[in-house]
Amino acid sequence: MKLTRRHAIVMALGSAAAFTMPFRAYAAVEEDIEAFTGGVEIGTGGITLVAPEIAENGNTVPIEVDAPGAEAIMILATGNPVPAVGTFTFGALAGSQSAATRIRLAGTQDVVAIARMPDGSFVQASQEVKVTIGGCGG
Amino acid sequence: MISRRDFLQASMAASAIYGASGFGEWGRLAAQQVITQDDLLGFEAFGNVSLIHITDIHAQLKPIWFREPEVNIGVGSNKGQVPHVTGADFRKLYGIDDGSATHYALTYDDFNALGQAYGRMGGMDRVATVVNSIRADRPDALLLDGGDTWHGSYTCLKTEGQDVVNVMNLLKPDAMTFHWEFTLGSDRVRDIVADLPFAALGQNIFDAEWDEPAEDFAPYKMYESGGVQVAVIGQAFPYMPIANPGWMFPEYSFGIRDKRMQDMVDEVRGMGAELVVCLSHNGFDVDKKMAERVTGIDVILSGHTHDALPEPVLVGDTIIIASGSNGKFVSRVDLDVRDGRMMGFRHKLIPIFSDVIAPDADVAAAIDAERAPHLDALTEVIGKTADDTVLYRRGNFNGSWDDLICEALIEEREADISLSPGVRWGPSIMPGQDITREDLFNVTSMTYGKAYRTEMTGEFIHTVMEDVADNLFNPDPYYQQGGDMVRVGGMGYRIDINQPIGQRISDLTLLKTGEAIDPAKSYVVAGWASVNEATEGPQIWDVVESHIKKKGTISVAPNTSVQVVGA
Repeated sequence: MKLTRRHAIVMALGSAAAFTMPFRAYAAVEEDIEAFTGGVEIGTGGITLVAPEIAENGNTVPIEVDAPGAEAIMILATGNPVPAVGTFTFGALAGSQSAATRIRLAGTQDVVAIARMPDGSFVQASQEVKVTIGGCGG
Repeated sequence: MISRRDFLQASMAASAIYGASGFGEWGRLAAQQVITQDDLLGFEAFGNVSLIHITDIHAQLKPIWFREPEVNIGVGSNKGQVPHVTGADFRKLYGIDDGSATHYALTYDDFNALGQAYGRMGGMDRVATVVNSIRADRPDALLLDGGDTWHGSYTCLKTEGQDVVNVMNLLKPDAMTFHWEFTLGSDRVRDIVADLPFAALGQNIFDAEWDEPAEDFAPYKMYESGGVQVAVIGQAFPYMPIANPGWMFPEYSFGIRDKRMQDMVDEVRGMGAELVVCLSHNGFDVDKKMAERVTGIDVILSGHTHDALPEPVLVGDTIIIASGSNGKFVSRVDLDVRDGRMMGFRHKLIPIFSDVIAPDADVAAAIDAERAPHLDALTEVIGKTADDTVLYRRGNFNGSWDDLICEALIEEREADISLSPGVRWGPSIMPGQDITREDLFNVTSMTYGKAYRTEMTGEFIHTVMEDVADNLFNPDPYYQQGGDMVRVGGMGYRIDINQPIGQRISDLTLLKTGEAIDPAKSYVVAGWASVNEATEGPQIWDVVESHIKKKGTISVAPNTSVQVVGA
């Protein structure tokens, strides 16, 4: 066995553990949320985030988000060195307010989606995605 | 008015009484040497639909010894819940008499003594007899195979699964789902699936590139059985590319995908399904959680975690059936489906006592024909077990087979520490029994069996151990992979299962010196079953065969190097 990229990712887990604990403590995440919401309190419901529980490949993790009626949806990978993944904006004529993409995750962490609704309110959904070494499923 | 739920529960109670009395009696009958095939197969048909479930055969075509786990710890909401109950506690829970045939079949203790009385279990020729008997009673009973079928023996490895495919086809399954099959490589899997005379199902098998449902596997199939529209939805093992080498099947992606499962249930209901069955390789705890999150599944036939339960577990309106492994058991589930709903059930976990159930002659002949070209290699005696040693694998932390494999890795590969995967397959060997090459392949055969030798720092070893421990003891079943803890040779450790990842494993100790493992120091580690491509080294079965031949008689001392806290 040689140490492949996969192992390098695993070894990075040690440092990633520091990110995974309280994402609120991670300043960049706070700043990104503040910039998107302007400090408005964030509710739940009305937004669905679909992500794998355990990533098959941390370098390309498929996610889907759906928030009917939303004007914009921001995706954050809270444990990445740069948490902001992107913001999808939907025009008035958009047929649905959903998006699917693939994101890279530095380690096990929460993925967060926040939607801005037309009335100025915000809702969020999050899911932990585990990035693992694997290898022993029986 | 009796609600559907009440009806199910009432029916459940009846089932429990039925199971308990039936099970207790077998012990007495067997003790009197009058246990008969009719006792095992006796079943008063119920309702209008019959399901036959078999799973995790691991290519065991012939009867085997298989010791059930002594340690099977549940975490979170599953603590102390079945299937995380073993030994005397399990017998007490289900009213099983000590020393009975059921004690032998379902629990671990007194395995050697009871094995002498009750004999080997399983054998696909015996399973065929059971299936034929049920079909004689219910001609359109559905036979559903939960997967882990084309893996796990010498002949299966040499024929790339063809021996098992040929034999299973004689049993005429109606559908199947998958796990270890994919370690044959995706080309081979597609070759076999293209010729299968039954449905290959997996609603969660996706095209990795486009993240769309893979066209090679249907999500479900509709059947008419007993005048009832039955939908069978497949659920393959969700963590295939993580637990097994993803490079062997790079086109496919898996995952639990319970949102799509709900979509499929809704779709088949819309098409008129009156009974929705999920043929699952999720593992038991994942199936329980899925049953909570997905509505409208009547029956989950659960595989992967190798649990054998004498009664279904009820989650909401869903019954979950666990049918064991290695051909030891077949479940028969009769259902009363009326007015588009499941109104009740009767269930029996049928133990395949190979000395009691007559082999089906055609299937027996087919099995022998598959084995004939390999018979010399299969039957060659490599060594034997001492009178004090049962070789077994199942259990969360260690098994004597794994201790022997770990010892072989250290001695043959001159390593400080050895690692062996925490898989749940692999039959047992009784004391004083010859160990043949077939026996050895039964616990080692795989398409990525090379034994690596490498250096790892103490810190990296700790990271690996933490990672595997979280796959087993994460309190959320959706984050578990369903294997057991990685087996370790040459190193002791302490595990506190209730801690989060990164904090479970401590007190790593190099056994040969008694010193603590130094995070900064490098150690020579030998292991096998790496999921990495281009792993180099001899095949594990050659390593272990060489070791056994040198020792001659194998005695494995109890493993005292793992300290478990919080169970």
